[in-house]
Amino acid sequence: MIERDQVLHVARLARLRLSDEEVARMAGELSHILEHVETMNQLDLDGVEPTSHVVALENVLRDDVPRPSLAPETALEQAPDVADGGFRVPSPGRG
Amino acid sequence: MSELLSLTAADQAERLRAGELGAGELFEFWRDRAQADDLGCYLWVADEAPADAGSLPPVAVKDLFCVEGVPSAAASRILEGYRPPYTATSVANLRRAGAPVLGKTNQDEFAMGSSNENSGFGPVRNPWDRERVPGGSSGGSAAAVAGGRAPWAIGTDTGGSIRQPASLCGIVGLKPTYGAVSRYGMIAFASSLDQCGPLTRDVTDAALMLGILQGRDPCDSTSLGLPDPVELPTAERLDGLRFGAWGLDEEGLDPDVAAVVRTTLGRIEELGGSVQETQLPSAGPGIAAYYVIAPAEASANLARYDGVRYGYRTENFDDLLSMYENTRAEGFGAEVKRRIMIGTYALSSGYYEAYYGTAQKVRTKIAQDFAAAFEQVDFVVTPTSPTVAFELGERTADPLAMYLSDYFTVPMPLAGIPAVSIPCGLSAGLPVGFQIAGPAFSEARILDAAYALERAIGFEGVPVDYVRPDAESSSHDAGPEAPRR
Repeated sequence: MIERDQVLHVARLARLRLSDEEVARMAGELSHILEHVETMNQLDLDGVEPTSHVVALENVLRDDVPRPSLAPETALEQAPDVADGGFRVPSPGRG
Repeated sequence: MSELLSLTAADQAERLRAGELGAGELFEFWRDRAQADDLGCYLWVADEAPADAGSLPPVAVKDLFCVEGVPSAAASRILEGYRPPYTATSVANLRRAGAPVLGKTNQDEFAMGSSNENSGFGPVRNPWDRERVPGGSSGGSAAAVAGGRAPWAIGTDTGGSIRQPASLCGIVGLKPTYGAVSRYGMIAFASSLDQCGPLTRDVTDAALMLGILQGRDPCDSTSLGLPDPVELPTAERLDGLRFGAWGLDEEGLDPDVAAVVRTTLGRIEELGGSVQETQLPSAGPGIAAYYVIAPAEASANLARYDGVRYGYRTENFDDLLSMYENTRAEGFGAEVKRRIMIGTYALSSGYYEAYYGTAQKVRTKIAQDFAAAFEQVDFVVTPTSPTVAFELGERTADPLAMYLSDYFTVPMPLAGIPAVSIPCGLSAGLPVGFQIAGPAFSEARILDAAYALERAIGFEGVPVDYVRPDAESSSHDAGPEAPRR
């Protein structure tokens, strides 16, 4: 069972503000989903290697040569706030 | 020109080649169809026939593929108005082959959903019954192809997002082997599972498009391409091929859907193939691993939407942290928030091993199940979806019930293997999909088998002005046969 405090802790880790109503609903929904997730523990997983990548691949390397990249003005074009050739953000403040 | 609606993409390409049809003329026909769409399939439609209109019909592209200068938002409000400075490799490959972009199709936000109801820009309606969902997350692509609003389309599949909407809309949908197609320029959902593939009217079109999409890409170090060029399928028989049926006794499988699938198993035998039951003992409990892995990877991928470099920024903040938190609170929809929360929880300190670590071991078990099955049979076959298309709003209140509609499609991406869904008949006047899965890089054999079966089934697609027979009175009368145009 996921408690309200845990929901708020996870929301903070995820940089997500939740309304009181969302916190209450999320606690119930996450508990329900995680309860279902527990069914995977029915399997005998002793000594089983984890899979992080499904296709056998060796390290993929390329020659380290300079090549053209996005122009700075192109990279900044979609930003909500730009100043002096960079992304402008509010002060970290209290953080 | 409306006769074009009855032609597959390969047929249209043949007319272009023969000079019976101009590329600009063909583009305009489909552009007009897309602009007049009333099912909610499109989020953006091209105006002019582009200079690269060439030897192939235009293609509808799921919104999450970046196309330079074209709105590409993965149907999320947080990316509303975003016009990427570069183009996804899949789209670039299609253009180079002569298929221009027709439009961007609606989808579940960031590909999270099985009904297209999680789009930030409204739902898509199923052309077989407008009160029903087209499936998801590639719902706009599937409905556009099924409803004569696009000649063919691309989508992405993470846990079934190509195959399930193809099934619910009565078209063909192929999820290639992980790594067969580049993921460069796809707005990421779950990077160890996501794969691009075709949604088409028939198996030949799927093979034609796969041949264009596949290939190693220097911009995606996980891409390998396919070992051989893709040939168009020609098989007429299934002699000597062994099909392992999985899941026909599952609780939750609609009995009418099961009956149509069993009829299809009979057709396999008529064509010379053999059918036996296959067990995937880890798959049942194992699909829960998907609901850890996909949200965990999503929570990491979606961390980039912070109101700094692109997309939406809230006006309601007094420092950096509140800007982040409010931007994300206002920009993401309910399902995306739910998955970010599950994923962040599963990756958080003290829970990582119990959730993500365990889920990765389950993945190994499922891959071992498939490997064992493929020692006995050439293909594993299942219903694609446990039910036909459901009503709009029917499952939105219960996220877990919605997740479980992906029961038959989740194990394949967990194992990284390819699978196709082809329409195999109707239940209550709505299409039923038949799924054929094979070992990694067996696309050519899967498509050949699907082609032979497709010819035997003779499914015709949704007729213009189709009125679905009343579900109560006709679910058995309608039988497995498709309506004729």
